[in-house]
Amino acid sequence: MKYLLLICGEGDGFGDATPEELDATAWVEETTRRGVRLLGNRIHPAEDATTVRVKDGAPLITDGPYAETKEQICGFDVIDCADLDEAIEIAAKHPVARFGMVEVRPFWTEE
Amino acid sequence: MAAVIALTGDWDLAEECAQDAFARALERWPADGVPRSPGAWLTTTARNRALDRVRRAANERRKLREVAVLAPVEAPTEPPDDGAVPDDRLRLIFTCCHPALPLPSRVALTLRTLTGLSTAQIARAFLVPEGTMGQRLTRAKSKIRHAGIPFRVPPRDQLPERTSAVLAVLYLLFNAGYAPTATERPEAAEQDPTSPGGQARTGPITPHATPPASGPDAPTGPNPTAPAGPRTHDRTDGTYGTNGTDADSGREQRRVAAEAIRLARLLVALLPDEPEARGLLALMLLHEARAAARTDAAGDLVPLDEQDRTAWDRDLIAEGLSMVEDALLARRPGPYQIQAAIAACHAGAATADATDWRQIALLYRELARMAPSPVVELNRAVAVSMAEGPAAALPLVDALAAGGELAGYHLLPATRADLLRRLGDRTGAAAAYREAIALAPTPAERRFLGRRLAEVGGTAAGRDR
Repeated sequence: MKYLLLICGEGDGFGDATPEELDATAWVEETTRRGVRLLGNRIHPAEDATTVRVKDGAPLITDGPYAETKEQICGFDVIDCADLDEAIEIAAKHPVARFGMVEVRPFWTEE
Repeated sequence: MAAVIALTGDWDLAEECAQDAFARALERWPADGVPRSPGAWLTTTARNRALDRVRRAANERRKLREVAVLAPVEAPTEPPDDGAVPDDRLRLIFTCCHPALPLPSRVALTLRTLTGLSTAQIARAFLVPEGTMGQRLTRAKSKIRHAGIPFRVPPRDQLPERTSAVLAVLYLLFNAGYAPTATERPEAAEQDPTSPGGQARTGPITPHATPPASGPDAPTGPNPTAPAGPRTHDRTDGTYGTNGTDADSGREQRRVAAEAIRLARLLVALLPDEPEARGLLALMLLHEARAAARTDAAGDLVPLDEQDRTAWDRDLIAEGLSMVEDALLARRPGPYQIQAAIAACHAGAATADATDWRQIALLYRELARMAPSPVVELNRAVAVSMAEGPAAALPLVDALAAGGELAGYHLLPATRADLLRRLGDRTGAAAAYREAIALAPTPAERRFLGRRLAEVGGTAAGRDR
């Protein structure tokens, strides 16, 4: 099964965590080597976001994220694994899970 | 049902096929006779039905891959017996109790899939509309499917963290089956505040306080006032009744209790290093041992200190006592072990007067430390009153009343009334009895409290002054 991992922080950052503590390089290497991680990347914060809607046939462009939330998505990964338990195990190993949170979302599949 | 889920991974299909199997049994058994192993017959029939359905679906939708996977299990097999191999029902319990599901769903799903309770009955037990409960179950099943929650017993390294939720659910199942009638819960009965000479509240503080499932997956904790979770079973207003007569529902509930004990035994076998599993099994056995003495000929509940102790099941008590000792040897005490130890104090007392209340009071203090709850504190107050006298217990009860957490809980004023009565304060006792009567959920309890009120010279209308 494929899952999207949303790597999130709360508010502005990750408390007292140092850049070394948040470094996911080892995690990326390990999960890629296992063949579990398909792709992923860090993403820029919500202040750099652009929101696009189409109203009456014309694109409506707004600055910023579509929703103001306390949680900030700062990265994502797509993993392919056996089941939710394995997805949880992988998410729990992500360094950001100790300072922020990782949301695990299953891919939609046609039944 | 568990067997079909194991086979197909499809919960809705499993439910339908299980129903089909029962329907066919009703058709066939009267004519052909009941098979030698009815459970195996039902399982095989349900499995075959599921295979038919999946095969047909495969033809229709070209899901050949699934058929290939299913082929090896086509031959009818006996369901695995209890033993070293965890059975499908245990797998089912671990899946139903997966921490990725909301706690109320875990409990509801386990009841729905592992007992004969209908959605309507579970809804009544949780005091929610049937539609709401139906949606909760549907959402839970669809999350299992969509999120890929595995149908299996977790690997050994994950077992401990998954166990506490399973223990809580098993205890709930046991309590559902433990009630001697459809309308009363066990502790409401044996904690009867109206028993002569003081309270005979027994160990377990459930159902008002759920067994404390520690860990991140049990956010609500053992707080009887928390909104969600098994504790909503506690109010015994008669809505828990099952279909048919009392005898029918009684039989069904005995089956649930037996199933809970069976699953607890299996859990003990699977988790030999988990003393809380042993503690829970011991607790169940020590309660089960009193089953025959718990109701009188009329079906009314008999308070613990009035029970005929010769009717207690000595074998179950012996097994329960040795199970507690085994568990405590691990030197990792937990709430179930403590509750089992309290039950052991009662079970080991030859007469009610021989009960070691001092020990019970200490155990409640330990339980309150591990799993703070106002109901535990109330039970501790009762034990203190028995060990040291009512004057020592009154401040504890007054503090609880001041705390307000047990507002609306009839056993609080009932306990207070009893302490005041024993201290000779008839007016205060009468007022507290009236308060308790107004809150008591069952007619039997109101009757008993009414007799107590009369004994201290009061009347229900409060014209005693």
